[in-house]
Amino acid sequence: MTTPNSKIVGSAVNRIDGVQKVTGQARYAAEQMSEHKPLVGWIVASDTAVGKIISLETGLAEQSEGVHAVVTYKNAGPMKPFSNPEDEGRFTQSRAVLNEPYIRHFGAPVALVIADTLEQARYAASLVDYTIEGQTPELLTHFEGATEVPDSLDGGFEPDANSGNKPDNNDVKTSVNSTYTTPSQISAAMEPHATVAEFKNGKLEVFTSVQIIAPAVQALAVTLEMDPKDIVVQSPFIGGGFGSKLGLHYDATLACIGARYVERAVKVVLSRRQVFYNTPHRGHSTQQMTLSANSDGALVSIVHRSAMPKAKGYEFAEATGAGARVTYQSQYIESTHRVKDVDLPLIDSTRSPGDAIGSLAFESAIDELAHEAGVDPLTFRLNNLPVVHPMKGTPFTSHNLGECLRQGAQQFKWQHKPQPSNGKVIGHGVASAMRMNIFVESSAQVEIDEQGKVTVCTDMTDIGTGTYTILAQIAADALQTSVNNVTVQLGDSRYPASCGSGGSFGAASTGSAVKRACEALIDSIQSQLPAELSNAKLYVEEGKIKAAKPNAEDSATPFLITDYIPTNTFPISAIGKVSEDDTSDDEQYSCGAHFAEVEVDTYTGEVRLLRQYGMFSAGQILNIKTASSQIKGGMVWGAGYALTEGIHHHEDSASFVNPDFGEYHIAVNRDIAEMSLDFLEEPDYAASPVGAKGIGELGITGAGAAIANAIFDATKVRVRDFPITMDKIISG
Amino acid sequence: MATLNLNGNDVSLPDDPRTTLLDFLHQHLSLFGTKKGCDHGQCGACTVLVDGERVNACLVFAFQLEDCEVTTIEGIGQSDNLHPLQQAFIERDAFQCGYCTSGQICSGVSLLQELRNGDPSAVSYNSKVSLKEDISERMSGNLCRCGAYPNIVDAITDVIALERQ
Repeated sequence: MTTPNSKIVGSAVNRIDGVQKVTGQARYAAEQMSEHKPLVGWIVASDTAVGKIISLETGLAEQSEGVHAVVTYKNAGPMKPFSNPEDEGRFTQSRAVLNEPYIRHFGAPVALVIADTLEQARYAASLVDYTIEGQTPELLTHFEGATEVPDSLDGGFEPDANSGNKPDNNDVKTSVNSTYTTPSQISAAMEPHATVAEFKNGKLEVFTSVQIIAPAVQALAVTLEMDPKDIVVQSPFIGGGFGSKLGLHYDATLACIGARYVERAVKVVLSRRQVFYNTPHRGHSTQQMTLSANSDGALVSIVHRSAMPKAKGYEFAEATGAGARVTYQSQYIESTHRVKDVDLPLIDSTRSPGDAIGSLAFESAIDELAHEAGVDPLTFRLNNLPVVHPMKGTPFTSHNLGECLRQGAQQFKWQHKPQPSNGKVIGHGVASAMRMNIFVESSAQVEIDEQGKVTVCTDMTDIGTGTYTILAQIAADALQTSVNNVTVQLGDSRYPASCGSGGSFGAASTGSAVKRACEALIDSIQSQLPAELSNAKLYVEEGKIKAAKPNAEDSATPFLITDYIPTNTFPISAIGKVSEDDTSDDEQYSCGAHFAEVEVDTYTGEVRLLRQYGMFSAGQILNIKTASSQIKGGMVWGAGYALTEGIHHHEDSASFVNPDFGEYHIAVNRDIAEMSLDFLEEPDYAASPVGAKGIGELGITGAGAAIANAIFDATKVRVRDFPITMDKIISG
Repeated sequence: MATLNLNGNDVSLPDDPRTTLLDFLHQHLSLFGTKKGCDHGQCGACTVLVDGERVNACLVFAFQLEDCEVTTIEGIGQSDNLHPLQQAFIERDAFQCGYCTSGQICSGVSLLQELRNGDPSAVSYNSKVSLKEDISERMSGNLCRCGAYPNIVDAITDVIALERQ
């Protein structure tokens, strides 16, 4: 059914890949090439963090039943080494492994055993004998240990920034001086990283689970010293990414070098424990803050200093101070970031780098200051909102933090706390969310056939965000057809290169590229019509492309496009591109306010969430259903970050104590209670041509701090070491 | 020859005694609807029904299931004949990446039967616990990193309401 001029963008369209996903028919990376059963590779993992392999015995494994090969540094073939100084871009740099007898971190591959079945490969792996001459690993164990200024911070922030003048002591009425720590954390997407690779006539075909396709092709080309034209990467379905699949990891390199060695298709699927070591995690942070307010309750000084580890040879450091720089007006703001190179597995983006953990600390410290100043934490925040960027003085394209806080408090009923039952206390918490909006280069192709069937092609990915669906909605609106009439094909390096999924930039950037492609397609069709019809408005109805000439007397009688354009001209396609030039230079932020109601058992310290609520402003919402789901997901992460999640390090071995779901506790269903949210919708066309801003990281930013602040409100215990487990509340 | 009944069809059990039901589905039958998230019974992504009850397919060996009836997501419903819970998952957007979804739905289908049977959960003894909380408790063996939990509970609640009409 077509209803021209209807607005499909924004509406709660069900996911167009929903049936595939609820019936188990969506094919993820490890499930590809099943028709000719790839061989199975299993990793022999290092039991030492740093060192040199001085002996390696693979004979027993090679003779084991079903084994085709044991690939090690001795036979893996040529690769460009990891972290060459001339390497550029962390998602395109070499991902070499098994290329040298050196081990860089605990759990790193020492060998890959390739066999007919998983059981055979795994057993044979236990027969590989190796000795590593180890060195003492370097870790960051205290704030002062981080002395290096990172070359850059994720999101393009300067490592150090300050603005304004330090206040006179006379102007400071209230101060807090607090140090918060957040633990190492991991994305832990439900789908472990997996790759199936095969060389066919010198070309490399790869199915893998990766968020951004084009750099993955480049990374393989660099690593394997191949021409990128000879590599096809496909990632049609991805079982969650959250940053951990921005780039390729060892599963990809190992499957490729394995396939190169045995000259057959090879599949490498990481085990859950291997995911912890062979894919990135978020480093732990120590955040020292001094915050001061004057006698009017106005912030006069914000000082935020961050210390985090950085993996050796890999340029990634997160901007934990980003929120401190932008959320509130203050006479003086100072923010510094220091890192230390450590011998840990890759440290990289985990959902909302910078702000996820920055907000835990900063929004808790702001809460401390509000309480010290004797001002309601909601009022304190409202009293200190910026009009322009507090450090740069530049305007925001839109700024709705105040409205989010005000309207959110009303919806949440900030003033109304229920009566606790015996032995329990109940608290309310609030936190602000400011997440930088990023708009990046992207492209897409849109094609229409003579029946008006529309196909969108781009190497964009859907990591669960709903990309398939929102791109169909955008194309359906632009071409005046129904979502059912649009096919979306994603995750294939042969399609036009997109920005991929990450940094909350995917929907706005690629969505805008699809919109541009549709506009170009309409232009192309209109240009082939007789001059007097060339401004006719196109739409698709009943399997035909039609048009109506606007402002004409005969507009009620539309005509068929195929009456003027020969059918053999179809399909007609067009490419749409967007770049950074399509976005404003002003400050772009998505905003939000998180509220939480918790109940704490005064005997055990057990925290139970009663309610989480959020009010958000992120420009045009492309699909209210999938957008709400994504925000809720972020709020669930916030609950995990506040209450349960954290990697425990074993410092002597530089290993992780709890690298699995049994011990690394992500939130489970029963941890979450009532959860709801609303959007303050305001299309922001300065931010992107489709008016949308990022939401993927907005939901987590501040969500955990609202819970932490609610725990303080309930118990008067301020836990500054996340996660807030029961022991810390009881001893507080 | 030893067989198990999978989604209504008898299939021969594998020779290798180390093969789990999960790896059997993947390696021998190329049936990939059941997912591997941890291989240790910690995440529930591989939940299937064995003789009507939910089981983590990674925690049983295939040879243990001689003459058992196994239902995987492929046997719960098909594209043109969705189970009401599959339809409810779509309507309520009870998934994002979709990787845990097969397990969530198998778990949910089993949960519906557990409620009909009056089987207890860890919280059902407490009359103050709401149906939604009980569902949450019963679904806590199925992790979802996309955080679809509230929507999953809504989807299951919808199907219960439908059944009780």
